[in-house]
Parts: sequence; C-alpha cells; structure tokens
Amino acid sequence: MEFAELIKTPRADNVVLHCPFHLAVEGTLCLTGHHLIFSSRRQDNAEELWLLHSNIDSIEKRFVGSLGTIVIKCKDLRIIQLDIPGMEECLNIASSIEALSTLDSVTLMYPFFYRPMFEVLEDGWSSFLLEQEFELLSSVTNEWRLSCVNKEFSVCPSYPPVVIVPKSIDDEALRKVALFRHGGRFPVLSYYHKKNGMAMLRSSQPLTGTNGRRCKEDEKLINATLRSGRRGFVIDTRPLAVAQQARAKGGGFEQEVHYPQWRRIHKYIERFNILQESFIKLVEACNDQSHNMDRWLSKLEASNWLTHIKELLTAACLAAQCIDRESASVLVHGSEGTDSTLQVTSLAQIILDPRCRTIRGFEALVVREWLQAGHPFQQRCAQSAYSNSKQKWEAPVFLLFLECVWQIHRQFPCSFEFNEQFLIMLFEHAYASQFGTFLGNNENERAKLKLPQKTMSLWSWVNRPEELSRFQNPLYEANSLVIWPSVAPQSLQLWEGVFLRWNRPSKFLEEAEVERINIIKYNKELQAKVNALRRQLAEMEADEEVQEE
Amino acid sequence: QVEQVKLLDRFSTSNKSLTGTLYLTATHLLFIDSSQRETWILHHHIAAVEKLPLTTSGCPLVIQCKNFRIVHFVVPRERDCHDIYNSLLQLSRTAKYEELYAFSYNPKQNESEQVKGWQLIDLAEEYKRMGVPNDYWQLSDANRDYKICETYPRELYVPRTASKPIIVGSSKFRSKGRFPVLSYYHKNKEAAICRCSQPLSGFSARCLEDEHMLQAISKANPSNRYMYVMDTRPKLNAMANRAAGKGYENEDNYSNIRFQFVGIENIHVMRSSLQKLLEVSGTRGLSVNDFLSGLENSGWLRHIKAVLDAAVFLAKAIAVESASVLVHCSDGWDRTSQVCSLGALLLDSYYRTVKGFMVLIEKDWISFGHKFSDRCCQLDGDPKEISPVFTQFLESVWNLTEQFPQAFEYNEAFLLQIHEHVHSCQFGNFLGNCQKEREELKLKEKTYSLWPFLLADQKKYQNPLYNPDFSPELTLLEPNTVSFNFKFWRNMYHQFDRSMHPRQSMFNLIMNTNEQNKQLEEDIKELEAKIKQRNGQSDVVLEKEQELTTHHPAPVALKSPPCFQKEQPPMPANDAVRTIEGSNTADNRYSELVSEFSKAEPAVVSLEYGVARMTC
Repeated sequence: MEFAELIKTPRADNVVLHCPFHLAVEGTLCLTGHHLIFSSRRQDNAEELWLLHSNIDSIEKRFVGSLGTIVIKCKDLRIIQLDIPGMEECLNIASSIEALSTLDSVTLMYPFFYRPMFEVLEDGWSSFLLEQEFELLSSVTNEWRLSCVNKEFSVCPSYPPVVIVPKSIDDEALRKVALFRHGGRFPVLSYYHKKNGMAMLRSSQPLTGTNGRRCKEDEKLINATLRSGRRGFVIDTRPLAVAQQARAKGGGFEQEVHYPQWRRIHKYIERFNILQESFIKLVEACNDQSHNMDRWLSKLEASNWLTHIKELLTAACLAAQCIDRESASVLVHGSEGTDSTLQVTSLAQIILDPRCRTIRGFEALVVREWLQAGHPFQQRCAQSAYSNSKQKWEAPVFLLFLECVWQIHRQFPCSFEFNEQFLIMLFEHAYASQFGTFLGNNENERAKLKLPQKTMSLWSWVNRPEELSRFQNPLYEANSLVIWPSVAPQSLQLWEGVFLRWNRPSKFLEEAEVERINIIKYNKELQAKVNALRRQLAEMEADEEVQEE
Repeated sequence: QVEQVKLLDRFSTSNKSLTGTLYLTATHLLFIDSSQRETWILHHHIAAVEKLPLTTSGCPLVIQCKNFRIVHFVVPRERDCHDIYNSLLQLSRTAKYEELYAFSYNPKQNESEQVKGWQLIDLAEEYKRMGVPNDYWQLSDANRDYKICETYPRELYVPRTASKPIIVGSSKFRSKGRFPVLSYYHKNKEAAICRCSQPLSGFSARCLEDEHMLQAISKANPSNRYMYVMDTRPKLNAMANRAAGKGYENEDNYSNIRFQFVGIENIHVMRSSLQKLLEVSGTRGLSVNDFLSGLENSGWLRHIKAVLDAAVFLAKAIAVESASVLVHCSDGWDRTSQVCSLGALLLDSYYRTVKGFMVLIEKDWISFGHKFSDRCCQLDGDPKEISPVFTQFLESVWNLTEQFPQAFEYNEAFLLQIHEHVHSCQFGNFLGNCQKEREELKLKEKTYSLWPFLLADQKKYQNPLYNPDFSPELTLLEPNTVSFNFKFWRNMYHQFDRSMHPRQSMFNLIMNTNEQNKQLEEDIKELEAKIKQRNGQSDVVLEKEQELTTHHPAPVALKSPPCFQKEQPPMPANDAVRTIEGSNTADNRYSELVSEFSKAEPAVVSLEYGVARMTC
C-alpha cells in the first residue's frame, strides 16, 4: 500500500494553528506518510510542529461556513486545533489523518521507515541482555541457572527465550510447570536481593481448577527458593473472591494444603477497562478549566486514579517489605501475570535496588520486567485517554507504573539519577515513537517482526551523551539504601508534568527548574576551583619549604 | 514531671510509641524520649486537651495545638494524667494579657535593641515609599486620639478633598466608625486601594458625607473617573445585614461607582471549614477518596480560591483599568484585610521581599485592627470569635509562591514561622485586637518585636531561587486560579507529621547548596589573594591554610528562643542520605506484619504510612 493513496490533499496554506497558552499562528500544513507538519510562514521558522500520526488519539472536525476546524487530540494528552480554509481540503485532510493514524499493520508504522540522523554508538537492542544480568547474579550466588527451555517460544509464547530459574529445577520440570500455569508463565526469577539472598519470583496463576489440581514440580520450583524452615509469601494481585471465581475457568491460586510453606496475601490491583476509564475521567477533569473547586475535587475523586496509585504503591511496598524486612522470598502473580504482576515486581525493585534508580538500571528494569517479561505494549498502548474505541485490552498499566516511580521520585528527589523528563519521555514513546522498542506484545512477536534488524532501538538514541544530559537529575547522589515511600493520601500528588502539562502556563516553573540546576552546577564549578586553588597554594608552600632548606 | 509516658505515633495503625518523661514548665510542656529527643510545646499553642477513656496501658491524653501539631500521650497512672490535664487546662487558658508569654519572655536584648526592634517597621516610611502624601492624598489627624475610630491606627491617609466634617460624617455611617481610608497607593497608575466597613444603609438610609467621601476617593484618581466598591461578602449575607440597619452601597446614591460582590464566606464558615479539614487530614488509614471528598466537603480550598480570586479582581482593576477600589466586608477587619493585603502583594513586588512582607502584615493586619487576640484565642474568650482568617492569608501567599517560585524573597519556612508566632504570644506584635489596645498594654516597653528576630535568622527564610529581576517594581503578578492549581498545604497542616513528608527535601538541598556557593565564592577570593601575595613576596612566611576554614564569618544572630529551634532541625543537605533510614533496624514492623497476616481476611492487609520509620 502506498501512503500517497491515503493523502488526497498533501498540503494546505493559510492554516491557523491554535495551541493552548500560545498565540495562534498562520502557516502551511503538510501531510506525509507518518507526519503532520505545520510550519509558519515566518522567516525564522520558529513555529514548526511535527506530529507523528501514530501519536494522534482522536480527531474531530466541524465547519463554520467553508472554514473547517480540526481538533487533534494526541496520545501524549496534548490538544491542538487547526483552522483550514476550504471545505474539501479540510475533509480530505481529516480523513487522511484518520486513516494514517489508525493503520492496523505494524510493519507500516514509522519505526520501519525511520532513518536515524545520529551516529549509533551502542546498539540498544543488545544493551540489556538477560545473559549479562545472569553474570552479575552468578557473582553473588550459584543457586540459579539460565534456562533456554523457551528458546523457540514453545513453552511460553510470552516469555523471552532465556529465563533465570532455580538451579535445582531442570528444563523437563519447567515444561511441566508451564502446563500448570496460565499461558505457560511458570515462576521465574524477577529480582534477587543481595542483602539477604531473598528472591522475588513472578508467574501467572496456577491452573488448579475446581478440583484442586496440583503440580509437584511447581511446588518444588517455588520451594527451591526458600531457606530451610523459612516461609515465603505469595502476593496475589486479585481479591480472594476473584481468585476463587477463577477456579471455575480453570485458573486458581496456591492452596495451603499443597504449599504449606507459603503465606498467601491478596492485594487487589485494578486492571484493564477500569484503569482505562479512570484514565479517561482524570484527563477529562484536568482538561476542563471551568470547574469550580468542588467540581474539580469531586471529578478528581471520581476518576479514582490516585486510589489506583496508592493501591499499587502499597502492594509494591508490601512485596519489598516481605523481602527486605521479613527476609522471605516472594512470588507475585495475578491472572495472566503480564500487567499488575509486573507493576508490583518492578516497583518493588525501585524501592529495594539502588541500581534501578540509575538511568541505565531503570532502562534495564523496563527491558527486563516489561518488554522481555511480555507486557503487551501494543495492545495496552494502542490508544490513550481520548480514544472512543473502548477495547478491553487497552489500559494505562505502564503509565501507572511510571507515575508510581514519579511519586517515589518526588519523595526521594536525590536518589534517582534520572529526572521527571525521562519518565515523561518513556510515557510518550510507549504510545507513539519513531523507535521499535515498544512495538509488539512480547519478545516472540518482536523476533517475528525482526524489529532488532529493521528498526532502531529507543535505547540507542537515549543513551547518547547529548540526549542523556537532558534526562539527568542534577541532585542525584547514589543512595544504597532501601527507600520506603509514604503512601498516605496527603503525600500523593497529581502528576502535573503529564496531566496538566498542556493545561497551564509552565514558563515560571520551568525557569525555576533551570535556576535550581544552575545553583547545583555553579556549586560544582566553585568546588573544582577551590580545590585547584588549594592545590596551587599547597604547591607553592611546598616549593618554599624546599627553597628554605 | 511524669515518667514512663508513651508518645503515640499519630497515624500508626499499630500503636507504635516512644517512651519518655513528661515535664511541665511555666511556659512549655516538654517530652524527652529515651533517646533524649525533646518535644517542646508552648502552652499558648495548645488549642484543646482531651482525656480519652482509660485503656490497659494507661490513660490517654490528646493535645491539639494551634500550629496543627497533635500529640497523643499515654500516662501510666490515671491520677498523673488527671493532674497534667488540669494543669494544662489552666496553663493554656489565660485570662489577662499580662500573663501571656510575651511579658515574661526575655531574649537577652538590651533596652536600645528592644526599642530599635520596634522601630524596624515604620509605616509612615511605608506610605512615603508608596508616594503619599502627595497632591491627592494627605495624612489626616482626625483619629489622632482614637476619637473617631477606636480600632483604626492614629495615622490615616485620606483624599485631600475629604474635610474633617466629611470624615466624621462618613465614620458615623460606617459600622464601628471604620470609614474609607487609604490602604495602598499605586503610584504609576495613581490608583488607590481603600478600605472601610459596611455602610449603615439599612434598606434606604443615605449619608451625604459618606457619598462625598467616596467621590473624594474617586476624584483623587486623575486617570480614571469611576471606582470599584468591592463588597467581599456573599450577596445574601450583605442583604441580610440590611435588616439590621447595615448593608451595602446603593449604586444610585453614589456617583461613578461600580459595585461588586465577591462572595468570601464569614469567619464562622471558615472556622468550621478548617475544623472539617483537620478532621479529615487527621484520620488514620485514610483512603485517597475519603481524603479528596473530605477536602471537597470541608470547602477549605474553595475558600482559599475565593480569597485569591477577589485579590486578583482587585489587582486587575488597579493595574489594568487604573481604577481605585474601595474594599469592605462587614466590619472591615477580616476579609477586607485578606483582600487588600493580597491585592497589594500582587501589585507591588516590595511585599514579596522579607522586609516588605513584614510591612504588609504590620499595615493591613496589625495596624488596621485585625482582631488577632480574638481570632487566635490568645485569651480565654468567646470560641465563636476564633477564625483562621490570617492562616488563609498565609496559605494564599503560599499558593502564589508555588506558582511563582522565583518571585518571592522568602520561603515557606518564613510563612510557617510567622504562623507559629501569631499563636505563640511570645512576641508583642500580634497581641491584642487593635493599636489602641496595644498602646494601653505598653507592649513596646514590656515585650519584644518578632521582626528583628526573623531578620537575624534571615538565611533560613530566604528563597534560594529568588530573582529580584523576576518582576520589576509594580508589575502585576497574574496567578492562574483554575481550581487544579490549589493544593492541600501539607507542610502547614502536617508540619509535625514527619512520616508524610518527602524523605529528602529538594528545597533544603538547594538552599544549603546556595549557602555553600556563597561561602565558596569567599574562599576563592581569599585563596586568590593569598596566591597573589605569595607571587609578590614569596619569602614571607604565611599562615597555614587552616586559617581559611576558621575565617568563616561567625553568625551574628542572636541566641534563638527555644521556639525558633524546631526540635528536629532540617538535616544538612549532605546528610540527605542519612535521613532516609536510621541504623536502628530494631523495628517492630516484623511483628506488625505477622499479626496482620494472621488476620482472617488477608485481602485487607494495610500498609502503614511511611512503611518504615525513616527518622534517624
């Protein structure tokens, strides 16, 4: 298919662009296969807008006489308005945008066409291999092994080809366990707590069914992570009732009789359409400037968004607490083990592991716990808060995770190597990107699409020094401790950087941020200078002493 | 002195506690825990003491403070508890001004320092800075002996064309004699903020002198013919007042006025609103939705928004339309003070400096007779007179500092410290209800002024991001008052609940770094001088480099009173990491969790706030 077929009017003049808090600008609108480009006619060309079609969440058109107006709502929550003279042009442009922003074939997406303008220093596709992770692990313990049982994605289609499992469990046993777990997602190592040797495992629900099926290999596998005589905790992200209902459909939970050494905790985390609705309501509330105080607060409450944040953080703290404070191993799962499970395991690592609070460590975490672990990005992030499609599989699971990280970041502003912009950048790229990183739903699909060969990795771009400097937190000081956030409602805040980003003038806040960075930078310069001068003085003194002698 | 007293964690779900000894002094309640940490509570800060039913571990005693600290003690013996309870009740309720802390507080200042301290803020100087007196405005001696209005200051500025008979006539037509006077003069726009109380208009009464007075004000503004009259009350309240012979201006009787209601609620609504807010924020195990709906039901943020919206309206009338504005409410000492002072703060960058803010409070709050004594319950009095009007003013300012991080010379700690001392009765500034009363109490001789102490400590209160060039003099600050900009002020209402605060304070870090930068600049100068000197005459033996470090200017600050030292001073930035988790791992969380786990319904496992104790 040629994109040209979809573009009936590639160019329109005298278009007026309205963005909130900016003066309207007149200019030329161009449509290409992947971009909507607007450039003002001013010589300096300061006003140029490049918008990826895949970033467009929804589009509305209306007419006043022959003047058409298109309102474009983006996945990054931005809303822009274009006034296009000429009814036909406007209709053509609107229908082109609609078609181009809803292409259903992955291989037509921009990452397959994108040619980077920068030199690739390090191929991001091979920056974070599980083998490297295992090497680090084997330097502290020999209780684990790398298994290639899923090499052909035959045991578990949503797992990566290699996984880390207890050494004492062989591949044959893993195959049996896979049959006992939903979608074949048998328990694998998610995190190893060096401080006390405790492990966090993740999986999907066991397929016990109504007659209480058991699987000896499954029991053996998870018991292999326990110290003798110690207990472990199973954190089930569903309420007990839901877990019980799941048995009727062949699912279930670990029953005490068969797992006597494990304590089960049900810590409910909301999923799917409930989250999506919550997201839509929150964005609606934030976008309406006319709300009086009572209405705003009740809308904020009705969205339930901050409740989800609190519940998620609480569950992650609970998992971290079991590992660090109780010195117990933990198994986390919900139903499929691809959403709430990953939220909990990845947030627990942010709390426990200082490495995850560095830029590279966080990237590795996203790769390991989200991309390789099979979070279905393509399904979940197909649409954002302006979508009308209401598909069951759309949900802001990853955004919630990022916001929880932001909440912890706010409470520990010096413990993270990255800044808020880094998290916002990941949110944007998860929904629309020129890079292939977030395409596909799991490693299996990515391999089939040949993404590493055909597209550029986000990490290849981010990890270049020029880009990195934008994402560094000037306040960062490595902090080797476990960081326990407060989950009191008074301590949680709306993530303004995402939700109010386009709804308020931010000039003064940005300037203040620059000033903060300047103070820190200036401090470093001054310290360097003082040290240099001290050295110079000391040398002079030493010289004098020599002369005196 | 009572030993073995337990201090409970306010938000802990598991009755975690510290054990220590409780002492009662003449002015403070002191608790020293087993690790020798001290908690000081000034008796004047105590708003309420409550004895709860006896429990197995002892007799619980809950103390609520005006600075929003709430402490929960458990005293082992009921008799001790009863004694403490009675003593606190007596000590926290004072019948006479002379018994307040300010009259016994001795900061070791000599007499001339004391006098100088009181002279630090000179309002005549302030009016001169604004540009009055001038061709249109003059100082009136009508109230020199408090004869016309007891609750106004002696010095009042009025339009030149307002003769004494007009003033007297107008004052008789205004509630409590509070006739229209100048509060702020904008010299570029030649427009003025004036303030007064409601007219005694009833349903139809008129007063020619009052009408002349308003005309004089509008004529004193050569750049605009009409003036605004802002009634800060909700229309319904103002109309109800008419039945009592009070009311509001009839536009037909006054020429060239534009009358406007702005709908700020009265002191009683504000008091119960704060009460509701505190009830919600003090709930243990609060859910997000209960918090948000509680916040909504309390109406607190709605009120803050109303106050700020009114100030924006006022400031725009002056800055955009060059129109003078007359502000009043009922008596003209609560809402009027809020709106006039915030309006001036938006208009004039001077009030965004440390000194300027002190002047603003002295002018619009203290001198114009905001009833601090009644509103803050300094003496045992009518509980219906208590209202957080001044707290709302501070909160509005805090909201502005959040929106304009570089526009203010002072920081949040400054606002909190002022709030602390409005209630502490440690300094003379806020005692009493009006200037006349203060003079009768001879406060300037018998007590000390707060301001010099704050200035001496200025480093602590300075905003490191402050940029004096941010807004040149007399440029309007235009805040965005869309609802989502107003946030719950955690650092005010949970000032003492450390578990809720960020574990690392970006603000402290920036502040300390900024301080350090200044020091480093000094060091560099010195080092460069030394090197230069050495290059010049290398044979001279110079002092050791150590001298550098001893040369730091010693702080000249006066010894702080105990109240200035919060018992948990902010950690130095470089120790930020240490503030996260103490070396003490003997945390009782383990048993907590296990007991939680043994409950029948595991789905309700609730994590405690803060999860782990983070303090050192």
